[in-house]
Amino acid sequence: MTTTTLDFDTIKTQEYLVNMGPQHPSTHGVLRLVLKLEGEIVHNVDPVVGYIHSGIEKMCESLAYHQIPHLTDRMDYLSAHMNNEAVALCVENALQIEVPDRVKVIRTIMAELQRLASHQLWWCVMGMDMGALTTFFYGLRDRELILDIFEETCGARLTLNYSTPGGVMFDIHPNFQKRVKDFIKYFRAKLPEYNQLLSGNVIFRERTIGIGHLSQKDAIAWGVTGPSGRASGFACDVRKHHPYSAYDRVNFNEILRTEGDTYARYQARVDEMSESLDIIGQLIDNIPEGDHQVKMKGIIKLPEGEFYQRVETARGELGVFIVSDGKKNPYRVKFRSPGFSNLAALNHMSKGVKIADLVAIMSTLDLVIPDIDR
Amino acid sequence: MNQTDIANYIGNLFPEAIISRGPQFPTIEIPPEKLITLCRKLRDDEQLAFDYLFCLSGVDMPDHMTVVYHLESTWNGHCAVVKTHTTDRKNPVIDSVNDIWPTAGFHEREAFDLLGIRFNNHPDLRRLFLDDSWGFPLRKDYTDPARIVER
Repeated sequence: MTTTTLDFDTIKTQEYLVNMGPQHPSTHGVLRLVLKLEGEIVHNVDPVVGYIHSGIEKMCESLAYHQIPHLTDRMDYLSAHMNNEAVALCVENALQIEVPDRVKVIRTIMAELQRLASHQLWWCVMGMDMGALTTFFYGLRDRELILDIFEETCGARLTLNYSTPGGVMFDIHPNFQKRVKDFIKYFRAKLPEYNQLLSGNVIFRERTIGIGHLSQKDAIAWGVTGPSGRASGFACDVRKHHPYSAYDRVNFNEILRTEGDTYARYQARVDEMSESLDIIGQLIDNIPEGDHQVKMKGIIKLPEGEFYQRVETARGELGVFIVSDGKKNPYRVKFRSPGFSNLAALNHMSKGVKIADLVAIMSTLDLVIPDIDR
Repeated sequence: MNQTDIANYIGNLFPEAIISRGPQFPTIEIPPEKLITLCRKLRDDEQLAFDYLFCLSGVDMPDHMTVVYHLESTWNGHCAVVKTHTTDRKNPVIDSVNDIWPTAGFHEREAFDLLGIRFNNHPDLRRLFLDDSWGFPLRKDYTDPARIVER
């Protein structure tokens, strides 16, 4: 593991260093934070990552292009579909392949379902981090319905492996449209419950409003993207500003807030769920006829050069940077994962807060550790 | 600004930069000693205003180490790529842009960890994922007989 130089020399008499993690429930995985504390006040947070570094970028260098998406599932497993889509889009753009409209629409619907599922899990875990166990049951109850749709579509519930270069793995199931429409109807009615249960709760509001402030300027400078960045007023929605798949043909609002505190980050995500329902609602009745795949060669070779693709995952901006030397394997692959940059800003956001508030701040950053460690 | 405007504008300011148009972004290649001057200009110039560094990657090319910076201006909406390289593959050193875009700090630590690129003036250049005893796995000459199976 990474050897951390503990700065005992600079530490003052009252201060002490405490390890939070790697097996701490609120780090949602194996992440260690070295906290410099004075009483309960946090003076410095030093994230120590790498406990589940799996060398995905290195592995990609010896894999063919249609094998790479299968690894990206395992990075941000709650945004598995968007991760697959990012690689698929990058390869398609490099080869200048235009996928059928049907593929674009299916991908967009699946991505929004995935975003909903991810935000639902985030919401229930957020409540749990703050000591409210009920939210966990509400969130998982609804998320299960999305996972059932995924299972019927592609056989997998978590690591979907659905998008591949050239299209999607299978055509949608005959029940797909009906089930998704049923889900939208069901979840539209359930979403107000989320606000009633947590958003208006006095204890929750007291613990989140005005805590962990991040200004717009800092959000941009630290590269904090996704709902966390948008809560600070950083208009960073890739779906809006660099549209891909079918996002250029749907109407939706980019949820922007100005407060930049923990509550704003919370509310941005809850509001985003409603936008995702809108996007799915606009597309679900208009899935064009056609093929679900373009015929691709058995061995894909990208032209020599550098290719970059950005997509919006549930956590923020995911970038795939492929350097190709014209062979069947990429020369270098870099994933710019949203959690990685968001985590880097944690120290900046949590100076001077209490330990319990640090838990809330971390929760609103919605960290997924394999996404950071890769 | 579109790609041509950016290329002309920067070409006038930095004659030593090699600017090429790409399918996605204009690419500015700059010698490492000019990197900081260029980056400061890119961020602070009102017409360019590249305030958002969205990706920083190290790449081990056959004869040199490259660092690639992907930049976007949240104000003007345009993007650009800055590249710098050092031919010293044994002990590559590049100036850190952490002061200009704080997000670079973590990305530079990653590049140091996986490729062994040292960044001058980085406030906290420690390894990020791996142990101090590891080599630099993303280098092309990295070997690990125990864990890498040659096919």
